[in-house]
Amino acid sequence: MKKLTIAILILCIAPFGVFAAESGMPLERAPVDITDNDSLQRGAESFVNYCLTCHGASYMRYNRHRDIGYTNEEILEKMIHTDQKVGDLMLSAMRKEEGEVWFGVAPPDLSVIARSRGSDWLYTYLKAFYRDDTTGTGWNNLVYDRVAMPHVLYQLQGEQILVVKGDQKSLSLDKPGQMTSAEFDKFVGDLVNYLVYLGEPHANERKELGIKVMLFLLGMLVLTYLLKKEYWRDIH
Amino acid sequence: MSNLFNSMIEWIDKRFPLTSTWKAHLSEYYAPKNFNFWYFFGSLALLVLVNQLITGIFLTMNYKPDANQAFASVEYIMRDVDYGWLIRYMHSTGASMFFVVVYLHMFRGMLYGSYRKPRELLWLVGMCLFFVLMALAFTGYILPWGQMSYWGAQVIVSMFGAIPAIGDTLQQWLLGDFTLSDAALNRFFAYHVVTLPLVLLVLVFVHILALHETGSNNPDGIEIKENKNPSTGIPVDGIPFHPYYTVKDIVGVVVFLIVFCGIIFFAPEMGGYFLEYNNFIPANTLQTPDHIAPVWYFTPYYSMLRAVTVNFLGVDAKLWGVILMAGSVVIFCFLPWLDRSPVKSVRYKGPYFKIALTLFVISFFVLGWLGTKSPTPMYTFLAQIFTVIYFAFFILMPWYSKIDKTKPEPKRL
Amino acid sequence: MMADSFSMDEKMSGRRKFLVAATSVAGGVAGAAIATPFLLSMMPSERAKAAGAPVEVNISKLEPGMLLMVEWRGRVVWVLNRTPEMLESLVKIEEEDVLADPNSEKNQQPEYAKNHTRSIKPEIFVTEGVCTHLGCSPVFRKDIAPADLGPDWLGGFFCPCHGSKFDLAGRVYKHVPAPTNLVVPPHVYLDDSRLLIGSESEGSA
Repeated sequence: MKKLTIAILILCIAPFGVFAAESGMPLERAPVDITDNDSLQRGAESFVNYCLTCHGASYMRYNRHRDIGYTNEEILEKMIHTDQKVGDLMLSAMRKEEGEVWFGVAPPDLSVIARSRGSDWLYTYLKAFYRDDTTGTGWNNLVYDRVAMPHVLYQLQGEQILVVKGDQKSLSLDKPGQMTSAEFDKFVGDLVNYLVYLGEPHANERKELGIKVMLFLLGMLVLTYLLKKEYWRDIH
Repeated sequence: MSNLFNSMIEWIDKRFPLTSTWKAHLSEYYAPKNFNFWYFFGSLALLVLVNQLITGIFLTMNYKPDANQAFASVEYIMRDVDYGWLIRYMHSTGASMFFVVVYLHMFRGMLYGSYRKPRELLWLVGMCLFFVLMALAFTGYILPWGQMSYWGAQVIVSMFGAIPAIGDTLQQWLLGDFTLSDAALNRFFAYHVVTLPLVLLVLVFVHILALHETGSNNPDGIEIKENKNPSTGIPVDGIPFHPYYTVKDIVGVVVFLIVFCGIIFFAPEMGGYFLEYNNFIPANTLQTPDHIAPVWYFTPYYSMLRAVTVNFLGVDAKLWGVILMAGSVVIFCFLPWLDRSPVKSVRYKGPYFKIALTLFVISFFVLGWLGTKSPTPMYTFLAQIFTVIYFAFFILMPWYSKIDKTKPEPKRL
Repeated sequence: MMADSFSMDEKMSGRRKFLVAATSVAGGVAGAAIATPFLLSMMPSERAKAAGAPVEVNISKLEPGMLLMVEWRGRVVWVLNRTPEMLESLVKIEEEDVLADPNSEKNQQPEYAKNHTRSIKPEIFVTEGVCTHLGCSPVFRKDIAPADLGPDWLGGFFCPCHGSKFDLAGRVYKHVPAPTNLVVPPHVYLDDSRLLIGSESEGSA
């Protein structure tokens, strides 16, 4: 009986793995640390400069970025380049219909993109653009074949081309960009780190509160266990 | 002080059965003294129910059941409402934990024969509770209006289309449209927040009344009421529920809360099992995600739905799948009459039952795991095998439980 | 029996009494801690706060004697450009001793508006257009001595719901249902023509 109980408990825990990536391409591990405000601030500025023109983050308010160490004044100065106010939602400069005309599909909202795609996918994806003349944009992507999005960061990264050896596909840098490979990795890392923060801005607060709650519950466990033992002395 | 309190109670007792209810259901409700680990899950189910009701009420304060606003309103709760994220995670984690608790509660019944005479009705009411809970989970999962909400609902509702003759009309009637749309979202919201919780509450009340009529079963599966102290009329192996089981259940509650809060605060997505990754993409009526799977608590039945790939007896595979899926849940209702063993508890049952139960549990888990995977020929074959084992557990029970070698039950706990 | 189960039993050991009390207190703390986020979730959300952000108004085109209505935090704020005659009426009405709080003793305005005209600039009067009785919006009645308000009316605000009367500085009359003067919201002049309502500093625009 005991054995059965244990076996069932193990079976209960066993299935909780992580979903494997659906595409064949192995994903690189993104350097995510949402307690690193410097990285998040760099990522936030890149996001505003490179992503927000086409994509929105329309569930997120600018003034929420006080989370990552900005003041309202800094948010106005560093993140808002339009006539939007500090309490406004981070809407895209482009309308949905325009996106459909220009890219065939409207660029998705990025508020929770890190929660649906995962940070590793985003990190690998942003680094995996290569030149491909057969597509409409002139770009293709190793992780997301024939993606509608052009390579927005090519001036930074440079231009990659596809190298096929048997079954192995890899990318090689054809024309260098403004950044070295290491600088670009860091740039994309910061951006992905910011996207992870953007997906769940309260995540740090959640964990901090969680520790307090767990400590309280552990104290409660001791107390209630002693109470139970005290009463059950009547029975045994 | 104490005098004032007593006279207040007296005043109420003349107008409302307060003390007598307290006695009948708590301080003089005698429960067997040998409850073990498996007996925590009834009161825990009640705790999760309260959690769902309260967090649910607070979610409705900000949620918008509108196809154009639903997804955004959930993110609004997560970001703009003070502690909205906590309330939402409590509700989403509570939904999954409800099933964890209820599955363990049901398994307890199967271990110790709690469905056997005289508790058949108690078991049936419990099964009704389970059906309502499934409906609640399904209607609730639609509300965030993400990709999984949408396509999951699409698949479930399409099953009604498999019913011969009336299927299509029934499906349109359920949806209030020719396809899954705002109309369905709005009415599923009504079911989720009003209709189903009301039914659930009534059934919980009936379930507890029925339990307190027959008295609780126990790990030995013998009736404590058959051995009463002749002078007091109290079962000799019974102890008052309050304070003994209240203080014991409180410990269970705290342990449960440690697990529950651990998930809420440190892994609210639970690796994509409690909150699916694809449900963070707003519903797109034109594009199905690459891989769709229901939430984990429905995957065993989902596997069985997919397991049937051939038409037979003149009925097509789709309808067979739906019949099997419905059958796999409804068949629990027949347990009180399928079990022919002279003893109730697994402790005194023979090897056949133990093997059968173990195989059943394994098949439940394997089917659940398969339900999260994309179907390949290998997986479909596995699903077919385990579907057969799953049903064999029930269908062969009258036979193997009768010929099984049982041990004698004790007279006392 | 009922009472026994709730309160401390005489027969209980000291240890048992202590554990029951300690668990009850801890449970009470837990209950209060759980209730807190739920109650806080009902406070104005970030969206509501963003909508309640300060509002900038251009008053360069506001003619003397005219009233401008502005929405701030979902309620109406009036900006009134008072004529010299209107300002004179404020003195005159004080002499008649019909006002309940002519010197704005009650805290219904920021410190910088606690003066005779209840404003920063004498002619520009900023006030919430919400009656301090039960929240109706009074009507601007600049006509002097109309038939319905009587010959002593020097112009002001009249609440149609329950008949409260206020002068042109939002000061409440005696013997009307409204208890206090109209509320002057925080405001600041960014320059001669730009007025910011809802904030007292220029930085938080």
